[in-house]
Amino acid sequence: MPLALTHARYQLLETVRIPIAIVGSAFFPAASMLFFVVPFAGKDPVGATFATASMVTFAVMSANIFQYGIGVAEDRAQPWDPFTRTLPAGPAPRFAGRIMAGLVITYLSLIPVVIIAATLTEARITPGKFLLALVTVGVTSVPFTLMGLSIGYALPSKAAIVVAQLIFFPLAFGGGLLSAPDQAPGFIQAIAPYLPTRGAAELMWAAVGDYAVNPLSLVMLGVWLVVLAALAAWAYRRDEGRRFS
Amino acid sequence: MTLARADRVSRRYGDTLALDQVDLDVRAGELVGLLGPNGAGKSTLINLLVGLRRPTSGRVELFGGDPRDPASRRRLGVTPQETGLPGTLRVGEVVDFVCAHYPEPIPRGELLDRFGLNELVRRQTGGLSGGQKRRLAVALAFVGRPRLVVLDEPTTGLDVEARHTLWEAIRTFHADGGTVLLSSHYLEEVEALAQRVVVIGHGRVLADDSVDAVRSVVGVRRVSLTVDDLPALPGVARVERVDGRTHLFTPDADQLVRDLITSGVAFRDLEVRPTSLEEAFLAITTAEPAAA
Repeated sequence: MPLALTHARYQLLETVRIPIAIVGSAFFPAASMLFFVVPFAGKDPVGATFATASMVTFAVMSANIFQYGIGVAEDRAQPWDPFTRTLPAGPAPRFAGRIMAGLVITYLSLIPVVIIAATLTEARITPGKFLLALVTVGVTSVPFTLMGLSIGYALPSKAAIVVAQLIFFPLAFGGGLLSAPDQAPGFIQAIAPYLPTRGAAELMWAAVGDYAVNPLSLVMLGVWLVVLAALAAWAYRRDEGRRFS
Repeated sequence: MTLARADRVSRRYGDTLALDQVDLDVRAGELVGLLGPNGAGKSTLINLLVGLRRPTSGRVELFGGDPRDPASRRRLGVTPQETGLPGTLRVGEVVDFVCAHYPEPIPRGELLDRFGLNELVRRQTGGLSGGQKRRLAVALAFVGRPRLVVLDEPTTGLDVEARHTLWEAIRTFHADGGTVLLSSHYLEEVEALAQRVVVIGHGRVLADDSVDAVRSVVGVRRVSLTVDDLPALPGVARVERVDGRTHLFTPDADQLVRDLITSGVAFRDLEVRPTSLEEAFLAITTAEPAAA
């Protein structure tokens, strides 16, 4: 475990030294807050709170897809990665360290959204619900972490960057993150429950306010979890087989 | 005592047979040079011995265990490829990171001192010169007080002075009882450092003996002269022309010189000398496909 923490620390150091990586995943949600949430829902406490929860989900998704998708693909291309496997530790501490660092970066990328919500909108949350929301962020990170890992282990870095970019916007838009809970356009209302972003967003909405989750969205989120876990495991094993067997 | 062993090891990548029934024992206290052209199987053999790859058949052992078991690698030091250092981390941080994996690492200051890296401790590795990166990469192999150090092309791209500094560090480690397995493109390097040389070509061990013995196994001499028009002579294995000098490689220099004189050709500055390891090694590896 301490070795996993060491790996997490150095992963974070590497990320922090190129801060644009964090800025990148925090930018879209923060910008969306400023351009859409503040002017249109900022005065309504309930609407602003839900909209903030949507942007938090957006940030969780983009932070995880990008940092794992691109980070893992780039590391695989570096000879440093095989070198660490000649040290007297297996691949587990490095992997665990990466997940821990990923969670830290995810929480960091939420800070701008939360600050904008607290200062520029009427969004309000009780301390209890805030804690619940923090836990929910951890839970909703899981499917997007798996999605990022699948991309990162399956694709070379140049392809991973493109795929991550292609995936993240339709997922955000199609899942209804850019509209209030029940005011999305009709076709989005129809497809949203089948996307993992919707289930994650509904969990966030339920955490911060009075929202009854749609069972279909949760079941589909579960299906996505299983599928993405299988995909990530397949990509990881294939990569191990190619490089280390 | 054998620290690393390959026992009838073969490794296949798809249709390519990278290693074919290779045997190798590295015993405690040895300094073994691993020599071979690119694609000969050197890196594959090293990857098997340090646990990065699994053999297709045969057995590899490291300190009597499976190299893929982390515990077997506790007294092993490996150098990363120079291009592999994480560019945003500082020199001191990279050393600390590697230290964290060993029970009794060498103190950071002492290690950096030994490799002349003390003044670079705060520098990011991405900003180091090629030679500095190389020195750091080699230093990392010594962090965990290893008994066996595996150095893959340790001085590639270094200038002469930096190369000699590294050689000194390797010699000191060896003089203190350390064991070294070193692969190199610089045959001069293997000649300067190693006592035993293992020549690999076409996935097989072609020679495994002392540096002198490998040279004499081939027994090739180099006859050099300045000559305008050289007739075809018997017993010449290879002809090279460099800067107006003609070099003839032959197993029997005495006979060649006699033939030269009886041919009546005008030549000057005749010189006969034993071949370098490089020449010996070229002779073995290029002759191989016919022999196999």
